Amino acid sequence: MSKIKETAKVISQEELASGVYSMWISTNEVVKDAKQGQFISIYCNDGAKLLPRPISICEISTNALRIVYRVVGGGTKEFSKYSAGDDIEIFGPLGNGFSINNGNSLLIAGGIGIPPMVELAKSIREAGNTDINIVIGYRDKETFLLNELQALGNVYIATEDGSVGTKGNVMDAIRENDLTADSIYSCGPTPMLKAVQEYGIRLGIKTQLSLEEKMACGIGACLACVCKSKEKDAHTNVNNKRICKDGPVFLAEEVLL
Amino acid sequence: MNTKINIAGVELKNPVMEGSGTFGSGKEYAEFVDLNNLGAVVTKGVANVPWSGNPTPRIAETYGGMLNAIGLQNPGIDAFIKNDIPFLKQYDTKIIVNVCGKTTEDYIEVVEKLRDQPVDLLEINISCPNVKEGGIAFGQDPKAVEEITARIKKAAKQPIIMKLSPNVTNISVMAKAAEAGGTDALSLINTLTGMKIDIHKQTFAIANKTGGLSGPAIKPVALRMVYEVANATNLPIIGMGGIMNADDAIEFILAGAKGVSVGTANFTNPKVTEEVAAGIRAYMEQHNIDDINKLVGIVK
Repeated sequence: MSKIKETAKVISQEELASGVYSMWISTNEVVKDAKQGQFISIYCNDGAKLLPRPISICEISTNALRIVYRVVGGGTKEFSKYSAGDDIEIFGPLGNGFSINNGNSLLIAGGIGIPPMVELAKSIREAGNTDINIVIGYRDKETFLLNELQALGNVYIATEDGSVGTKGNVMDAIRENDLTADSIYSCGPTPMLKAVQEYGIRLGIKTQLSLEEKMACGIGACLACVCKSKEKDAHTNVNNKRICKDGPVFLAEEVLL
Repeated sequence: MNTKINIAGVELKNPVMEGSGTFGSGKEYAEFVDLNNLGAVVTKGVANVPWSGNPTPRIAETYGGMLNAIGLQNPGIDAFIKNDIPFLKQYDTKIIVNVCGKTTEDYIEVVEKLRDQPVDLLEINISCPNVKEGGIAFGQDPKAVEEITARIKKAAKQPIIMKLSPNVTNISVMAKAAEAGGTDALSLINTLTGMKIDIHKQTFAIANKTGGLSGPAIKPVALRMVYEVANATNLPIIGMGGIMNADDAIEFILAGAKGVSVGTANFTNPKVTEEVAAGIRAYMEQHNIDDINKLVGIVK
């Protein structure tokens, strides 16, 4: 799997919900080896912003990638201004991605952890597993990627304010709908991942968690984005794993959140 | 055209290396850069035992720079000797091992274990701002600098390069102290201690509260310090601090640096080290310079 820095082109961009943007990018190189659960780093044109922004891959198509991201600062704000035909500097594909297991699947995601679920659900289906439950949590009625996910599995929604679906978080929706599975795949904020980790381990379900952290190099050299791990890591000889390189996807048993 | 430089009797094929801590031991970047094209690879700091480093977040971007407080996470010298040195030996480049410690004895244990290793130079980190117990505590007092330099020099087989902190009133005093202690060369500058606050979360942007500032934001400070130290000592200097391209590197050479390290720029462009080396050659051609050494410190 080779990582590459490429000057790609924006195909299209739209705002899906307040501050949440969807961008299709035309790429010949980075897309080649990309798989579900991996991410790309995007460089800013503003030279005062030195670090690329790690953004998860939402969908993979022929010579094109889709990202769905939230504007959280100056870098993502810059990306949100790009339009069709603009150059975009990308680096990837980075990270390990989700491994597909057979059997029925439970995808659990919250907020800006939802986008990688789209390509993941497609890959699970392509592997011949059609029994897919998807539980997603939003802040409020401003949902996004709902149509895409509903086409791929049974979708259950939780919102913090109760405006759509279960009032509460994804775990509340899982309890309310009595959902279980052979495999869990999850991405979202750390408190959510912690609850999913506990749930998966308690019920003995194969659980993969996709983590997030501030990154610099994106390739495992700088040791900025580590998480605590149960076992000593072969690379660093301490109880840390590199989210960008060893992750972002880890087995629930591997990491301490 | 001669791009070779000599640091304490060690010949580097060109003056370009990368800043310790930004490049691991080169394994990850070897996918993007031909390490054979670098004058040397400077490893991440290594201590006598494994260090877990600081809690996350460990980094934060700032205007034209970044703060880091990794906390010198490293596998310890034994694992380093087993895994990292054999990797680097595959390449035709010099190996500079960055050494860190909490006590003088820690540093000595590392340099003694490296005595019989195929390592060319030792860069001694007495200037990390992110480790409470050691590092910078040694680098801010001239007497302590001289003493630790003398003790490490005595224990080391390879020539030593003391890496200086910019977090001092007068860096020339520290450079002279290292010279008096017998160092063979100097590296400067390490990062400047800084801070960033997240106003929405109303907390520090990095878990360590403070971190080391690097990147182009610090380049003018670094350049001024290299110039001052070049004029205060006779030691060879490896200059660093915000080098983003060949033009920046040439500034450091003109100010008095023999070698140059590229750090933070690796995150902005994974191929930058090779590009800086090529850019220096292009500059020499353009200005009819037949020997890189003729450029060192000529701006007085």
